[in-house]
Parts: sequence; structure tokens; C-alpha cells
Amino acid sequence: MDLLTSILAIAVFAGASLVYASVGEILTERSGILNLGVEGMMIMGAVTAFAAAVASGNAVVGVVVGGLVGGMLALVHAFLTITLRADQVVSGLALTLAGGGLASFLGQRLGPGGAPLVGMVGPRFRAITIPGLSDIPVIGPAFFDQDALVYLLFLVVPLAWFLLARTRPGLYLRAVGENPQTADAMGIDVFQVRYLYTFVGGVMAGVAGAHLSLAYTPGWTENLTGGRGWIAVALVIFATWDPRKAVAGALLFGGVNAIQFRLQAEGTTIPASLLNMMPYILTIVVLVVITRFESIRKKVGAPAALGLPYNREERT
Amino acid sequence: MNLPYRVTLEKRLDAPRIVVWLVPVVSILVALAFGAIVLAVAGADPLEAYGQILTGAFGSLTAWLDGEFYAVSETVVRTVPLILTGLAVAVAFRMRFWNIGAEGQLVFGGVFAAWVALFLPGVIPGIPQTLWVYLPLMAVVAVAGGAIWALIPAFLKAYLDVDEIITTIMLNFVAILTYQYLFTGPWKDPEGQGFPGSALFPEFTWLPRLTGRVTLGLVLALAAAVVVWLIFDHTKLGYEIALMGENPEAARYAGVNRAGIIIVVMVLSGGLAGLAGFTETAGISHRLQQGLAIGNGFTGIIVAWVAKLRPGWIVVVAFLLSALFVGGDQLQISMGLPASIGAFFQGMILLFILGGDVFTRYRVKVARRPAAVAVEG
Repeated sequence: MDLLTSILAIAVFAGASLVYASVGEILTERSGILNLGVEGMMIMGAVTAFAAAVASGNAVVGVVVGGLVGGMLALVHAFLTITLRADQVVSGLALTLAGGGLASFLGQRLGPGGAPLVGMVGPRFRAITIPGLSDIPVIGPAFFDQDALVYLLFLVVPLAWFLLARTRPGLYLRAVGENPQTADAMGIDVFQVRYLYTFVGGVMAGVAGAHLSLAYTPGWTENLTGGRGWIAVALVIFATWDPRKAVAGALLFGGVNAIQFRLQAEGTTIPASLLNMMPYILTIVVLVVITRFESIRKKVGAPAALGLPYNREERT
Repeated sequence: MNLPYRVTLEKRLDAPRIVVWLVPVVSILVALAFGAIVLAVAGADPLEAYGQILTGAFGSLTAWLDGEFYAVSETVVRTVPLILTGLAVAVAFRMRFWNIGAEGQLVFGGVFAAWVALFLPGVIPGIPQTLWVYLPLMAVVAVAGGAIWALIPAFLKAYLDVDEIITTIMLNFVAILTYQYLFTGPWKDPEGQGFPGSALFPEFTWLPRLTGRVTLGLVLALAAAVVVWLIFDHTKLGYEIALMGENPEAARYAGVNRAGIIIVVMVLSGGLAGLAGFTETAGISHRLQQGLAIGNGFTGIIVAWVAKLRPGWIVVVAFLLSALFVGGDQLQISMGLPASIGAFFQGMILLFILGGDVFTRYRVKVARRPAAVAVEG
């Protein structure tokens, strides 16, 4: 494999969890709910997915459990912010803080017989080479020599885009996020739509975590997500709430990871901590550029009602 | 959904005093009850666990009678940085500027303070090497360190309108990696024999102790709380911060300089977090080493919100959450439960406080739905 191919392959592999989490958050935010709990849902998804995979001996069970746990945590956020109208920023942060604490607690308990999960080896998703397609130069090994969860994205991302851009439920979803009063008047159940897509976003964050603990870095270590949930939140802005662009962003970040590995493998003199800063600094730089660019075009894609609670009794 | 009962929320203009007091207390009790269930599921006796947390954090009656206040003093030690980060977060959140970066700002304050202690005596030998010169110097430089780190998101928000939640979070990671790089790399103690940490600070840079491991940092934190209270309640700046938070549109018409106030607020917020970096390095560790970035910046968010962003309450809540940490450590020693249970409980408390707040902000009415009428709203 030449340099470009191997960097692209790692970029896809490393970016997969970011795509899951950010596409999920795009759907949630499109309904007007800002969920900053992505990092918490992701890490809970990671630990429970790994625990379930170890217990059942089946990585697919792990993904299902991780996704459901992510979705359940998202429902906590939904209940607090949609039904009880709590502050969305603080509720999401609380979810991240509680999720992080609970995940490291569970990580020391959820192994067989209450043993710690740290250092345990469990089932994982391995790369499946697709005959024919994987022989295409550069793109082949990068996109068609990956694990099943990466392949699932080939379905999930176009579906998410199609749902948002081309279907009636997608129109309802966008209406609820842009103007809940009008959507309500049209007969759309604002609360139901918001609950649904907050849940979906949580499931996808949970699956993102599962990809980390079952494929990308198989196993459980404290702080496994390392801020990827937050990078996913940043990617939503980068992608201007469009699932297709989230893929581009995730590849960019995956690419930085790949270059980092490459440099480390070649025994660079740059200290590891400085290399590890790259994704975080890149996030800030990209955010600045996108914010500038979008404000010049006067087209920032943020849903108009993002972050605001909806209250039928208070018409504005 | 057609439930036989209909729950409606009516906005309260003014909540009765009793409600304002009772709701948070009940919320915390419910959170602890929920925590008890989690403990029971994890195979620990909840009553014993809570008992251990209490004695771990405050000590026992017999210990008190022997004049032994070690446990309480450790809880006070942990309270100091939480007061400062709680204040840091409160200053920013009051303006609805979501500074999630207190952790990184604290770390930068610690790094700057460490630089003064480790290298300034060598760079400028002429400065009198006494507490009374070095401590104020370190404190000021630490405040500057936190403030500088906070100014990055402040400028980006004020002039380029870049989302501060993401930038402050990302800068946390960058700050922590920088600090780890320093004490494992260029600032590593040459005589440390592989121990990852800087050299010990010279003794004239150590914060004097009041009792136990409690240092002058406590006085500093309490003074900071008074200052923030004064700013909030008795200055034009405080009024403008509150106005910006409640109604940015009105603030604009009132002539509040948006960019200017964002910068002032973040200097204040980052500075307070930086001060916590000072109390932790100069007061506790006396060197730059692992253990400065232990989540105080994030717990500060819980402290500030549970205290409803009021400086007086921040002191109280910081003490209580610190008790949960210190008691949680005790759980690990005596019952073999992971210490992270403390962090989980704190997150839970914040979630329940958030949920319970609905009773303060709204009058919750449950009415029987009229049998025949199905259409609502």
C-alpha cells in the first residue's frame, strides 16, 4: 500500500465513529434540540457495547446494546429539555459529566462476574475485504477493506440525507426545528418529533462508541472517547447540518489521526502530546474558517429554533 | 396520547420562598435515593456506602472528640479549587457565555505559576526570595495565564462569532496536553529518576498552611466569592452581564458593548480558574505533576448551576460536592467501589436539579381530562 492509500484507509477507519455521532447529532439538532451529551452517550455506548459483546461473545449484540444505551441517555435529555423545558446546554453537559463518571464506574464492574473490563479481550469487528471493489486503486483498500460498521455507514449516511432532503417526515423534522409554532399549526406533533430524533441521535452516538470499543481500539480503557463526542458536535457546525458534509469533515479528522500515526510509526522527534493536539487545534481552526465563510455567504444552516424549548401555551 | 389526566405547566412570575428552598433540597435527596439504587445494583449496601461517604468527608464524632479533624480539613482542601472554578463558570454563564473551558484555564494558571516558581529565581535573581514577594507574583501570573487562555475563545466569539462551547472544550484538551508535555519533557525534574513531574518548587513559593493541608488558598477563594458577589450585585458591570444573559437585544439597545463585555467577562472567568491553578500548585502539589487536571473545571459547572450562579451558594455547594469526592475516595478504600462513583453522583445531582427546577419555574397542574372532549390546545 502506498502512502496515500494507507492514510485514506486509516482516515475512513478513524472517521467512522465521528460520522455516526455527527450525523445523529445533525438529526437531533434539525429538530431544534441541542444535545451536548454526545461525549457522554458515546462513552456509555462504548463501555456497555464492549461489556455486552464480552458477555454474549457476539460483537453485534454489543452494537445493539451500545446503541440502545445511547438512546436511553438521549431520552433523559429529551425528558428534561422537551417536557420539563430545562436548559439544553446545561442538560447536555450534565449528561456528558454523568455519563463519563458512570462509564468509568461500569468499566470496573461490568466484566464477567463483576470483574473490571480494562485489559480484557473480547469479540470485535474485523475488516471484511470485498472482492473486486477492494482492488480499485487507492479507493478500494480505503473504502472496501473495512469492518461491517463502516459498511453500514454507506447506507446510513445517504438514508439520513434522503430523509432530511427528500421525504415528508424529513420536511416535518426540519419544520419542527425551524418553526415549531407553525409546525404545530400544521398538525405535526412537535414533542413526538423532537423525542424521536433526540432518541435517534443518541442511538447513533451509542453506535459510534461501539465502533471505538469493538473495532477501532478494541477493548475498554478509561476515557476511551478522548473528546471525539465533542469533535462530532463541532463537525455538525462544520457540516452546516448536512449529513453529506459531515462525512467530509470526519474524513479530514480521520486523516489527521492517520498522519499522526504515520509520524509516530516513523519515529518522529515531535513529542506525542504535541501530535495529539492536532485534531483539537484543527477543530478550532476549521470552526473559525467555516463560521467566517458561512457568515459571508449569509447562510448559516443552524435550525432557527435550535436550543429553544417549545411551549404550546406561550405563543410568540 | 390520551391519558385520563392532563398535566399543564403555567409559568410562575414569582415562586414562593418555600418552593425556591425546598425544590433543590428535594432534588438532591431524590438524586441520592436514585444513587442508592445504583449502589444496590452494583452490589453495595447503600446505607453503609452513604455512611462511609459521610464519615469519609466529615469524620466521626469520636474523632472530633479526640480533636481529630483530618477528614473535614481534607474536604475543605478539595473545596478551594471548586469555589474558584464554580465562580469562574458562574461569571461566564450569567452572561450565557458557555465557558466549558475552566479546566484548561485552571491548568494554564498552574503552568504559569509553576514557571514563576521554577524559573523566575534563575532568570531574575534580584527579586527578593520571600513569600511576600513571590506568592502575590505567582498569583497574578497564574490569573494572567488563565485569562490569556480564556481570551482565545473570547476574541473568537466577540469578533468572529465562533461558537464558544466548542472552542473552550477543544482548548481544554490542548491545555492539558501542553501541561503534560511540559512536566514530562522540558520541565521534567533532571534529578527525578524517571518520575514524571517538575522539580519541587522552592519553599518560598509555598502557600502557608492554616491547618492540616488547608492553605491560605481558602481565604483567597472566599475573598474571590465576595468580590464576585460585589461585581454581580453592586456594579454596572454586573448589571450589564446579567442583562446580556437575559436579553442580548435589550442590552444592545441599552448601549452595552457586546465585544467588550465578552472580553472582560472571560478575563474574569479565566482569571478565577487560573487562580485555582495557583492554589493547587503552590498550595498542594508544590510541583507540576499529574493531578492538576482532575476535573475541577467541569465540576465547577455543576457547582455554579446547582448554586444558581450565586457566589454565596457556590461556596456552600462547592463544600458539599467536595464532601462527595472525599467521601467517594473513602468508598474506594473501605468498600472497594470505584472512586468515579463520586463523579457519577455529581452528574446525577445536576440532572435532578435541572429536572426539579420545573417546579420552581412553573406551576405544575394536574387536571382530570373532561371525558368527552378529546381536542386540546
